[in-house]
Amino acid sequence: MNEFDMLTRFSADIRIQTIRALQHAGFGHIGGSMSIADVLAVLYGTEMRIRPTEPDWPERDYMVLGKGHCGPALYAALALKGYFPLDWLETVNRPGTRLPSHCDRLKTPGIDMTTGSLGQGLSAAAGIALGLRLEGLDSRVFCIIGDGELEEGQVWETATAAEHLKLNRLIAFVDENKRQLDGDVQAVCGGDLDEKFRSFGWHVSRVCGWDISAIQREIREASEQREAPSVIVLDTVKGIGCSFAERERMNHYMVVTKELADEAVDEIERRLAAGTYPVGEDA
Amino acid sequence: MKNKLFTALPDEKDMRDAYCDALIAAGEKNARILAIDCDLSASMGTGRFRARFPERSFNLGIMEANACSMAAGLSVTGFVPFVHSFAVFTSRRMADQIFLSCAYAGLNVKLIGGDAGVSAATNGGTHMAFEDFGVLRSIVGVRLFEPADNVAMRALIPKIADECSVDYIRMPRRSVVKIYDEGESFVPGEAKLLREGEDVTLIASGVLVSEALLAADLLAAEGIEARVLDCFTIQPLDIARVVESAEKTGCVVTAENHNVIGGLGSAVAEALGEHMPVPMERIGVRNSFGEVGSQAYLMDHFGLRAKDICSAAHRVIKRKQAMQ
Repeated sequence: MNEFDMLTRFSADIRIQTIRALQHAGFGHIGGSMSIADVLAVLYGTEMRIRPTEPDWPERDYMVLGKGHCGPALYAALALKGYFPLDWLETVNRPGTRLPSHCDRLKTPGIDMTTGSLGQGLSAAAGIALGLRLEGLDSRVFCIIGDGELEEGQVWETATAAEHLKLNRLIAFVDENKRQLDGDVQAVCGGDLDEKFRSFGWHVSRVCGWDISAIQREIREASEQREAPSVIVLDTVKGIGCSFAERERMNHYMVVTKELADEAVDEIERRLAAGTYPVGEDA
Repeated sequence: MKNKLFTALPDEKDMRDAYCDALIAAGEKNARILAIDCDLSASMGTGRFRARFPERSFNLGIMEANACSMAAGLSVTGFVPFVHSFAVFTSRRMADQIFLSCAYAGLNVKLIGGDAGVSAATNGGTHMAFEDFGVLRSIVGVRLFEPADNVAMRALIPKIADECSVDYIRMPRRSVVKIYDEGESFVPGEAKLLREGEDVTLIASGVLVSEALLAADLLAAEGIEARVLDCFTIQPLDIARVVESAEKTGCVVTAENHNVIGGLGSAVAEALGEHMPVPMERIGVRNSFGEVGSQAYLMDHFGLRAKDICSAAHRVIKRKQAMQ
């Protein structure tokens, strides 16, 4: 299997494991978990310097999931990489679980920062990037934030500070899935986010959110930046690759039954076989 | 313990300078200590740390929320950030970041709030933190400190620097009255017994400690012996010593440069309510915002003086006697 096929399969497995995890929980943040499955596959598949059996390896690259409510997608990626057993995914959001709805660095191997209050993750990632520089390490800090999350003022405080401090090892992704809990981002509070970040002095690129090769290329380009922090905008669709979520406009948080999960998993396999994964024939 | 007459003498050094001395000393011992400022380093007195350790000092500008979460990120990589701003901003402006990025995340961040309470003086009500402890006291894992003088401040900083904890320290920037002799030792969480007495317990923190000691002398002149505690750790409260003192004296007065809701008086009332209900009164700010004025004017205005503590002591003693 070549690298592209391996990453495609990995992203499909992240989707499948996430859908199954939310099926076991009965409900969850399906929409925003689906739209980051491909970037997670690229990061954990080929790009991040990590040791899954040594999650605290000091020289690792770091991941901060600013949109902490999409923890289940990251948990699926971590489990598939061997950070913890796959059957932990069946415990998502159950009492006593080590995989809570929002990311918790004290509970889950491989979670580098606790997140859930939007806007704080990018600041924490900038702090980690600064700390790594003080340590003399060239590790990168990846941070995935939501397009709705950009409404938080703290994001723009960090956009200012990270540029000022020349945190070139900070690489953010905006999951531009165009929807937030209450509806369309543009209807709630939108704007041209590429232009915003560019005006803050960041290295900005935009890719199709499920184009694995393009994501890989832009991560490598961002890693070459000598001064500017980078943001890679993932132009995507909320719920992408999960048939029952694709059908629902309000798919931020959904009930996930076994029937729906079975249907979605079958559809993922069908699209893979048909060469139309993840978006299907409608794309 | 033999009670000596208390003489209120101001320290020659501003408290912020004692703080910075302590931070530099801690920084000499531990290369992972960092200073984070939010464009108030001149007011907070951290300039000498920056001069000594320029590579470990970051002025992150007027972006307190970002500064707090960035400090948490620095802590992820093993650094020990001390974050500085005025108490109003370190509490109210950073509250959610202190909760999630620092405390809930189990990280190691030290937060300093300057210009505590009436010491904000002519900066006025907008800048006068009477609620900072109240904002932070219900957040699990955040320790709250208010050292009474420079000796206490210098003793406290190395202790908290050595522990993985989220700590908030409030202080006035200017000179405060000396309470302790050089070399006095302090254990976080343990109140200091400053004066023995059987008739009433006075529990104070920060700039109200000297007022409590003056009050104790005024009461002694009337034949009333007050036991005085410096409760420099508000959270976790030294419940054992507070309860022991209440049991011994049968009545309590608290005194704080803070709203009576949410701070020392509340913490003591909660402890006594659960363990040793005795007559008590709280000296502090009641249902008022701050306003402009000298610290002396504001202490008079808000009733934070020794005479106010004495009046409260008389009332609780009377209530105690009525119950006997």
